[in-house]
Amino acid sequence: MEYITASCIIRDHVVYTNEKAVFEQPPAALPEFLTAVYHHFGFQYPKFYKMDLLSKLGWLTAELLLKEGFNAADYQPEELAIVLSNANASLDTDYKYFATVKDIPSPAIFVYTLPNIMIGEICIRHKFKGENAFFISEAFDAAFIEQYVRVLMDGNNARACICGWVDVLGEEYTAALFLIETPGTPFPQTPGTPFSAATMNRIFQPQIARHE
Amino acid sequence: MKDIFVVSDNIFSPLGATTAENFSRLEKGIPGVRRHDRPDLADQPFYASLFDPIDPSGPASIPNFDNSRLYIQPRIFQNEHIPPGAVPPDGYTKFEQLLLASITDTLQAGGIDPKDPRTILILSTTKGNISLLETGAGNPARMALHHSARLIADHFHFVHAPIVISNACISGILALITAMRLIRSCRYDTAVVAGADIISRFVLSGFGSFQAISAGPCRPFDQSRDGINLGEGAGAVILSCNEKYRGNILLRGGAVGNDANHISGPSRTGEELCQVINKSLTDAGCRAEDIDFISAHGTATVYNDEMEALAITRANLQSVPVNSLKGYYGHTLGAAGLIESIVTLQSMREDLVLPSLGFKENGVTTPLNICSSLLHIPLNSCLKTASGFGGCNAAVVMSK
Repeated sequence: MEYITASCIIRDHVVYTNEKAVFEQPPAALPEFLTAVYHHFGFQYPKFYKMDLLSKLGWLTAELLLKEGFNAADYQPEELAIVLSNANASLDTDYKYFATVKDIPSPAIFVYTLPNIMIGEICIRHKFKGENAFFISEAFDAAFIEQYVRVLMDGNNARACICGWVDVLGEEYTAALFLIETPGTPFPQTPGTPFSAATMNRIFQPQIARHE
Repeated sequence: MKDIFVVSDNIFSPLGATTAENFSRLEKGIPGVRRHDRPDLADQPFYASLFDPIDPSGPASIPNFDNSRLYIQPRIFQNEHIPPGAVPPDGYTKFEQLLLASITDTLQAGGIDPKDPRTILILSTTKGNISLLETGAGNPARMALHHSARLIADHFHFVHAPIVISNACISGILALITAMRLIRSCRYDTAVVAGADIISRFVLSGFGSFQAISAGPCRPFDQSRDGINLGEGAGAVILSCNEKYRGNILLRGGAVGNDANHISGPSRTGEELCQVINKSLTDAGCRAEDIDFISAHGTATVYNDEMEALAITRANLQSVPVNSLKGYYGHTLGAAGLIESIVTLQSMREDLVLPSLGFKENGVTTPLNICSSLLHIPLNSCLKTASGFGGCNAAVVMSK
């Protein structure tokens, strides 16, 4: 049986780890907010500054997701999977790249015009070498993500998986990542909740969760 | 574990409107790649495999269909009645028309009912309708890949919401693997897997900015290779676990992985692609010595082909006949894994390996057995690989 052993949500300028708000910033533009999150948690990763907004958001969410409790040494790199989804693919960066085409097309921006580059950035940072998949759906489809992650884990294609939703378009953004692990792997101090679409959906709605 | 059978397939490319049409051209050594002078796409002439633009003033071939909105050879639609009400108000885009054409032929060839609730539609693409940015016709809602997918699914009356995969150059293979896994897990019995990409100023300028585009026809694995050609097209494959298809070729296994090394450069060792190849062989229940042929990614960039040669050698497959189809189709991006897998299927049906167009002299440090002429050999099990930006690798095994 698979468990959700950690979660991280970033939306509405609030960062939640394991359903607790851990950082909040008054309204600011998205690039400034992401840089503020980076500094607040004292991250040191110069490549962060080269990333597009989607990768920055995904990278920060994964960093906070894995910050406590996850021990990469418990796994082989090939056993670690990432399954992400969003609605707008890399469209936010596509606009920015296309604006450079009239002048000098920018290879530094073009490389980010694929949504799975964000998966690559997380893989590089945490040495995840297992399964990858990037799905596009109109809204977070927790049932499908659960189904696909289960197929990977039940089929011995992964022993741990980061899954969820990271979307950016203009000033609109949402990130929700879940760490899925199986028994036999160490859990963080707080026991994990059983992995299900319903639980992911509940955690995905932080405002509702807070008032429960 | 369930066996997954190939029911039918289609390649809709500048080389032809069916798999058979495409293969007969490939067999004759006819490439889709040629020189294009297209100021709408690039300031300089370039080599690519492209559909010819349709003359908007030509005769209308489909009732109630505005020719200025028809981008591909109209004959594919001649046998297909498109109800006027079903066409979106702004028309299907070229990208969507490619998918419609390829899926229509595949469904007809396979006699598959898309309305069956045990059937799922899976689409793969990298950039979809991004060309709408260039004409100013695009808004985020119209360019969203899930919107195109919904239009396609509605056209054929699929019951379930379609699954869309956008995972760089492994998208097509990942779509096949996803279909295989969902059928194995008993969620569906049949999957219609289709992928397409079109070549736009966006994509051409991007690869150009990387200095990744060859000055002439591309030369995968060759000493003088200097980059890719781009190509457009669509591919579609129907997979099923229904025992009535026993005897058809099987999609027997597959795996995906990541280099975790660099977002735009491949691994220097090929170790990660090798691991993905080994995992896909294990998943398929076969060994390296069972593989009769490898359809490589072979983009003809210096680093990709070098990495692939290292990986194939590490997997003890260096003596197996290999080709790259990029010299014929160019790099068709999100469709490449599908189109090239379908050519492999047809090769298996005819026990015929196609030469790797553009290859003359070995240009990788661990030489492979690159096919340079038509090779008639029994093909029982074949491997198809792909690698892409973001460090991703994927492989599938197909068997008789």
